[in-house]
Amino acid sequence: MADTKEMKKVLFGPILDNNPIALQVLGICSALAITTKLETALVMSLALTSVVAFSNLFISAIRNQIPSSVRIIIQMTIIASLVIVVDQILKAYSYEISKQLSVFVGLIITNCIVMGRAEAYAMKSPPLMSFLDGIGNGLGYSFILICIGTVKELFGFGTILGFEILPLVQNGGWYQGNGLLILPFSSFFLIGGMVWIIRTFRPEQVEPKE
Amino acid sequence: MSAKKESLGKTVGIVVAVCLVCSIVVSGAAVGLRELQQTNAKLDKQTNILVAAGLYETGMSNDTIEAKFEEFVVPRYVDLDSGEFTEAPSPDYDMYKAAKVTETSTPVTNSNVGFQRRPNVASVYLVRDEAGKVTRVVLPVHGSGLWDLMYGFLAVDADGKTVKELIYYQQKETPGLGGEVQNPAWQEKWDGKKLYENGEVAIKVKKNANPDNPHSVDALSGATLTSNGVQNTIQYWVGEQGFGPFLKKQAWRS
Repeated sequence: MADTKEMKKVLFGPILDNNPIALQVLGICSALAITTKLETALVMSLALTSVVAFSNLFISAIRNQIPSSVRIIIQMTIIASLVIVVDQILKAYSYEISKQLSVFVGLIITNCIVMGRAEAYAMKSPPLMSFLDGIGNGLGYSFILICIGTVKELFGFGTILGFEILPLVQNGGWYQGNGLLILPFSSFFLIGGMVWIIRTFRPEQVEPKE
Repeated sequence: MSAKKESLGKTVGIVVAVCLVCSIVVSGAAVGLRELQQTNAKLDKQTNILVAAGLYETGMSNDTIEAKFEEFVVPRYVDLDSGEFTEAPSPDYDMYKAAKVTETSTPVTNSNVGFQRRPNVASVYLVRDEAGKVTRVVLPVHGSGLWDLMYGFLAVDADGKTVKELIYYQQKETPGLGGEVQNPAWQEKWDGKKLYENGEVAIKVKKNANPDNPHSVDALSGATLTSNGVQNTIQYWVGEQGFGPFLKKQAWRS
């Protein structure tokens, strides 16, 4: 059984040291699309974290049984089932938000983080560690999404979680919302900025020149 | 070990087992949660109708919403050609589904509203006050915006000519630009606008509209195509092919 130090590394490493978005540049698609409001970013983070944690757990539990010729398909089946369950739960308990997230919950199936962790970690590690690795990577993803969601919602709409912080001109305030930040592609700049900041403090993440 | 893993029988066995477990889990979730989801969808619709009816207050509990809806809102069905009330064609009639069937729909002509067929029978919601007098009529409207169809409710005063609210509840317009159709500040601009002038549909969504002009509503800045979509939607639905005959006959008065 792995010791607590190893567990800590697996759980918190992906937040800064080995962030799935900032270092591995995985899962960018959903990070671009649903970070316009912090609330949707939070729910998306929660959905992805639970999917990646449980898919890691189940895949790792049966890893010695999975024939390697069909391993990707089996991983996909498990991941897709989990995503459908999460989608159904969202529709049942959080209808408003599931309407806003629309197709992106379904697209967790194709999120490279989930597949990546299943293939790279869960296939080789025991269930508990895989589960923690899933949560850790979910947290790493969440960390970036929440940062971007906060910036975009605050400067694009003048609100945080729907509460008005900077009163907008069109509602009689003084703040002119930044139209660029409302559009999905502005996340490119923000993610780029975060990669820059993280690498300034962790220079070992910078790739060597070729 | 890998040789053992690769045997055909075992591979097939594992695949079947995984699929079986997964399908049981998925169908279990779908069936187990269906009732809750339907309640949610119904509640969401009732909430939006209450908003259009002017009866919604933020923070109302689910039970209050249901009770208010039961008390003040009467769902009815309208034959769009004649403008008369009619019986529900089926107990769980859905006008958007009916629009997809040739027998229960009519082709749209001369309009940019963005869909090909409209249902023969439409749902309407009569809003009554405590005395049972109809104060507003809530009409479901939809039409294409920039990206996709936008669905909403148009609340018309009991005189059949004056707009009270235009509430969009489902749209995929660009957030911050076309998405502003859901901004309360813009929704307020519709209150009190007149739909008709000399019997013709006169309401216009246009740039720099004079707020005192009863027939024009200021367009959304940066969202010309969405504004045009709203214009086409309203033009169609209060016109001859839509609820025009119904609004003229005012069947709710009798």
